[in-house]
Amino acid sequence: MKAGSPWAKWVVGGPPFVFLLLFFALPALIVVVASFMVPGEFGGLAPLFPLRGNEDTGLTAENYAVFFGDWVYVQIFAKSFGVAALTTLVCLVAGYPLAMLIARMPKKRRDLMVLLVILPFASNFLVRVYAWMIILGPFDLLFTRVAVIVGMVFVHLPFMILPLYTNLEKHDPVLLDAAQDLGANRWERFWRVTFPLSLPGIFSGAALVFIPVLGMFAIPEILGGANDWLVGNMIKESFLGTRDWPFGSMLSLMLTLAVLLVALLSTWLARGGLSRA
Amino acid sequence: MALLQIKNITRRFGSFEAVKNVSFEVAAGEFFTLLGPSGCGKTTILRMIAGFDLPDEGSIVLDGVDLKDTPPEKRPIHTVFQSYALFPHMSVVNNVAFPLKMAGVPLEEIRAKVRSVLELVHLSEKGGQFPHELSGGQKQRVALARSLVNRPRLLLLDEPLGALDAKLREQLQVELMSLQRDVGVTFIFVTHSQAEALALSHRIAVMNAGRIEQLDEPSKIYGFPNNRFVADFIGNCNLLDATVASRQDDAMTLASEGLGTIIAPAQPGVAVGAQGVLALRPEMVRIFGNEAPPAESAGLVNRFHGKVREYVYIGDVTTYIVFLDNGQKIEALAPNAGSGRARFFETGDEVQVAWRGDAGHFVIH
Repeated sequence: MKAGSPWAKWVVGGPPFVFLLLFFALPALIVVVASFMVPGEFGGLAPLFPLRGNEDTGLTAENYAVFFGDWVYVQIFAKSFGVAALTTLVCLVAGYPLAMLIARMPKKRRDLMVLLVILPFASNFLVRVYAWMIILGPFDLLFTRVAVIVGMVFVHLPFMILPLYTNLEKHDPVLLDAAQDLGANRWERFWRVTFPLSLPGIFSGAALVFIPVLGMFAIPEILGGANDWLVGNMIKESFLGTRDWPFGSMLSLMLTLAVLLVALLSTWLARGGLSRA
Repeated sequence: MALLQIKNITRRFGSFEAVKNVSFEVAAGEFFTLLGPSGCGKTTILRMIAGFDLPDEGSIVLDGVDLKDTPPEKRPIHTVFQSYALFPHMSVVNNVAFPLKMAGVPLEEIRAKVRSVLELVHLSEKGGQFPHELSGGQKQRVALARSLVNRPRLLLLDEPLGALDAKLREQLQVELMSLQRDVGVTFIFVTHSQAEALALSHRIAVMNAGRIEQLDEPSKIYGFPNNRFVADFIGNCNLLDATVASRQDDAMTLASEGLGTIIAPAQPGVAVGAQGVLALRPEMVRIFGNEAPPAESAGLVNRFHGKVREYVYIGDVTTYIVFLDNGQKIEALAPNAGSGRARFFETGDEVQVAWRGDAGHFVIH
């Protein structure tokens, strides 16, 4: 069998394709359909066709009407986007210098530093978040927006540092020599050479932080207290609390669409911004 | 006063002395070359002039001002790097405009200057392209344009032609020369290629192991090497061990073991009894068959018998490697003029090699 023959393509690409079809495309489709259904009497989904007489069944756009009919949902979405954006920004500002520092270390030290960056993953996520309860408690910061951001940043910082480091490490140091030689001071060398060349790293780091933060519910629940709900909490509550699956499906679908929009926007920005790095 | 004065600079890396007490001066408008094998310290000197490195001892003076407290970005000196170091995220125009922007030149002026320098390097059409879309030669020209656009006092070129293929290299050599003449900027050129150095430079400093072995015009470097290293490094050279037996006003007799006497041009400062080598370029050595000497051999007072060991056909010339009867190796260059024959002698042929009494240059050990 020749590589590149149609046969080889199907043998190699077939299984993952089927897998994704069954376990990603199909469930996604179910979510879309579910978002137009009515909740069952005891939660879950009502059947599409009536089995017993007085049951609400069939398809309805009511969930969407509720979503767009009440400011509170848009507000929660906006708040979630705000928290995600702020978390991404803090991660970027905090992670960039560290990534740069590691990238300019001698080769041998770099691997050790990268290992240290991902070391927090060795302990359980929830344990780490609870640890912040203990840390933040004495400062009167627990159950505040600040606590949520701190927790989000702490958990997601490595996802910003790693792509940044991977990008910065590839920069040719002679470019900085050339810039300096041509009259650029330290600040200009950063803004005109290092920063624009690192845009691909910034965009992938931002995507890796922004998107998971949008859907995160554990951190706001533990550190944010009862009143600071984000989209993730709403979705989780719909499925596990009120057991209104159609409403939860609608919310998660809206979230997916919003994330897609942001992803498209950032690819577009990346293409324009980094040009040909 | 010279534009650039290098005064007794020394640079050490740990216990290794990369540059040892080097001094030289470069005049304004000069095309000056640092030539030497890799690791001889030429690039270290260049980096110190650019400001990326500082000498441990000695000073670098530009226009009468010691540069020791001037960082690279403040020096009116630009470098053309071997890898070009073009900014990959900037178009040709933005690459070239970079030093002008850094200097705060008004936008209108930047446009005009970029346009004229791109014309100078024949890249007017390529302004909107990005470095990865250019060929090696074009990248090289962009790098040159970028370094020249704000007229530095001094342009440093670190093996700028090293990454190009032979044909392009020759073409760019010519362009580089005329460019330097046109813009009038002083060039300091670093290379390990003696052909490049001879072709381009007004003066050459031949370096070896952190020192300057000889500093002179190309023809002097080639024709009158100071020592064995220079003779050997620059071009091909026959080196015959000899002792000065006697000397007259314009000629001297050398005694070479196993060969006999050699007539060589007299040199000032060389006394009878001095030991050294006669440096003899292959193109000075003629080669004949073993029969009676032909008429054109008159005046070739040095004549020895040997056997052809090897020949190298290069097209325009053929180099014969002849071993004389005493085992001395001599290279002789024969131009392939007048016939399409690749060679006149075969390996193993008995031949005579001969050269004039005023050919060669005696180098004292």
